[in-house]
Order: sequence, then structure tokens, then C-alpha cells
Amino acid sequence: MATEDHSEGLVFHPMDQFMVKPLFGGDTVGMLTPTNVTLWMAITVLCIAGLFVFGTRGRAIVPSRTQSIAELAYGFVHKMVEDVAGKDALKFFPYIFTLFCFIVFSNMLGLLPKAFTTTSHIAVTGVLALAVFITVTAIGFIKNGASFLSLFWVSSAPLALRPVLAVIEIISYFVRPVSHSIRLAGNMMAGHAVIKVFAAFAPLVLFSAVGVVVTPLSILAITAMYGLEVVVAFIQAYVFTILTCVYLKDALHPHH
Amino acid sequence: MANTTHDTAATLGHGADHAAQAAGHAAQSAGMPQLDLSTFANQIFWLVVALIAIYFILSRIALPRISGILADRQGKITSDLAAAEELKAKAVEAEKAYNEALANARAQAAKIIAEARAEIQADLDKAMAKADAEIAAKAAESAKRIEEIRANAAKTVAEVAREAAVEIVAMFGAQADEQAVAAAVEARLKG
Repeated sequence: MATEDHSEGLVFHPMDQFMVKPLFGGDTVGMLTPTNVTLWMAITVLCIAGLFVFGTRGRAIVPSRTQSIAELAYGFVHKMVEDVAGKDALKFFPYIFTLFCFIVFSNMLGLLPKAFTTTSHIAVTGVLALAVFITVTAIGFIKNGASFLSLFWVSSAPLALRPVLAVIEIISYFVRPVSHSIRLAGNMMAGHAVIKVFAAFAPLVLFSAVGVVVTPLSILAITAMYGLEVVVAFIQAYVFTILTCVYLKDALHPHH
Repeated sequence: MANTTHDTAATLGHGADHAAQAAGHAAQSAGMPQLDLSTFANQIFWLVVALIAIYFILSRIALPRISGILADRQGKITSDLAAAEELKAKAVEAEKAYNEALANARAQAAKIIAEARAEIQADLDKAMAKADAEIAAKAAESAKRIEEIRANAAKTVAEVAREAAVEIVAMFGAQADEQAVAAAVEARLKG
């Protein structure tokens, strides 16, 4: 790390935790350079494999604890896809489950001290959201042909309003991947940055008398934020997944 | 990424320094590592690798296994419930059979008791009849003996009377005719 010169006072680097750095030294980050992104994505993959492959190795009728968690996650997403997007969306279940697992594990692993949160980067969430957007649009056209465009033609509205609504619908359709990705990255980044700011205040007691009050307060705030972030980590994965299901439903059944 | 980026240390008491250094920081990486376009290719590459790995792990191994486990469990529950239902029916049947057997056994027992009672009664009646007959025979014999004794006694009385009469007559000094005395005594006894 850089010069964390405590003798000078408090050190604020709230955004440094998001820096992409090569794992084995050097300054340049090429496309194939193993970076902290690589490390934490690999850990994510290993954790997912650990839970869903190693955890279910017993194939027990009466499940072990890990197998219960794997089954719960499976049931949770499976039910979500079925309820939100319909039965015919279940063939996309592995794809949606992959997204959910990646996001929820990245978010949770990102909460470990010193961890790098891959989902706090717009490059990552943008790719996820664009993948959903492109896939869903392609499915929409493949399944429904040109009648997919009726998604933008609100037939329940008065005829005069329909062209206006169509413009709004089209704009909102294309804004989807933007909001989809920024929502996740923004939530992750903001929470971690806030924790880091509070963390910077925590050692104040070492430098100043005000610290007697500020240090316990900031530690309390870190604890509270951390609890909130655990909830947010899960909720954002849930929101991303359920929005994917909603978009998929629009693609499969575009008629309002 | 030069180390100067990390040097944007600020102290509470050096707000001006902080502002100046933060501005320098912002100039270098727009303040947010998220907007550093030079790392995008790297992140996207590794993201795609990770997603493909996760997708294959899940869709080839984990998801078929979990859905298999869930289906197995559902099947097991269904078959267990059916088996339980069957066993319950069997238990009801067995109870019925048991009750039937119990009723049969009771009826059998009652029959056997009645038979035994009738047999005992018959034996008793027979024994009573035999005893009655024996008693009657004994009574008849006794009556005969009494009759005999009475007859003997009458005879003895006549004899005694005759002898006594002969003696009395002799005492009076007369010679009694034994035959006449006997006839007289007899006549007297009959009278």
C-alpha cells in the first residue's frame, strides 16, 4: 500500500479499496494481467463450487447444513423465475441462477475486510446488465418476431396517446441496462466508501482529545453500516435477479 | 498507476492540503477507480471467464444434482405417505380380524361351558337316580327285617305266654293240657 503515514493524522482513502491492481507487481493493467479482480472472481467461483458442488456431494434425502443452503438458494431463485417470468422461462433458470450466485457471492465476499468488491465496478455490472439486455431483446425477437415491438405499443391506452407512450416506452427500455448496472455498482460502492470514511475517523483518539467521543461513535457507525451492507449485499443481488426475470417476462410475453 | 495517487492523505487539520491533493487525485483518475477505462478490458475479460466457469459448474454439475435431490425427496415423501396409508389400512384390517377371532373364541368358550354344564348335570342326575334307587332298596330291606323281627316277636310272645300259662296252671296244682293251653293262649292273643 501507499504511505499510510499515521503520524500525520487521519488518512482518507475511501476510494482506494476499489483500485484495480496487478497481483504480481507492475503498474500496467493489460487485459490478461492477473489482478485483484482475477483473485476475487476466482474466490467467488471457488465459493460457488464449494457450496453447490462440494456442499451437495452427499445427495442426502435429509440434507446437511450446506446442502440445505444450496437447496434454499436453488428453490429461492427457481420460484422467483417461475413466479415472475412464468413456467416457460425456466429453461433460462441456469443463466439467471449464474447471475444471482455471482452477484450475491461477490457482494458478500466484498464485505470481508481487505476484500475487493468486483460488483462495485461499473465495468462488471455494466457487462452483466448489457448481457441481460441483449439476451432478453434477442429472445424477445426470436420468440415473437416483429410482434415483440407491441411491447412499446400500449394497446390499453387511448389511440392518440399511444405514439407518445411508445417513445417513452422505448426510452425506458433502453435505459434499463443503465439503471440495472448503476443500481448495483452504486449501492456496493457507496456502502463500502462510507464504511471506509468512518474507518478513517476511528483512530482519531490517537491524535486528539475529540477522539474520545468520535472513535466509539465511528466504530458504532461502522458496525451499523456493516450490518446494513450485509442486507444491501443480498437485496441488490435479489433486485438484479428479479429485474432480470421481469425483463425476461417482457420478452416472452410482450403483450400487456 | 503511480504511487502519488495513494498519497492523497489528508489530515483533519489540513483541509486545504486535502482539497488540493484531492483535486490532483481527481485529475489523475477522475476520483473513482470505477471510471478508469484502462482497467475495463481486464475486468471484463476476467468477468466473462468467471461467469462461464460458474455457468458450467452450475448447469453441468450443481443444478442437475440439486433438482435430482429435490425430486428424490419428493418421490420419497410421496411413496412413504402411500406406504403409511397402506400400513394403516393393514392395521385396521388386522384389528378387525383380531376382534373377529376374539368374538369367535368367546362363542366357542360359551359353547364349551354349556356343554360341560349339561354333561355334569346328566352325570349328576344319573348319580342321584342311582343313589335314590339304592336308598329305596335299603329301605325296603330294612322294612322287611323289621317285619321279620316283629313276626318273630309275636311268635315269641305266644310261646312265652303259653309257657307262662302252663307254669301258672301247674302252680295252681293242676295238670294242664299243653294243647288246650296253647289253643287258649292263641285265642287270647288273637282277641
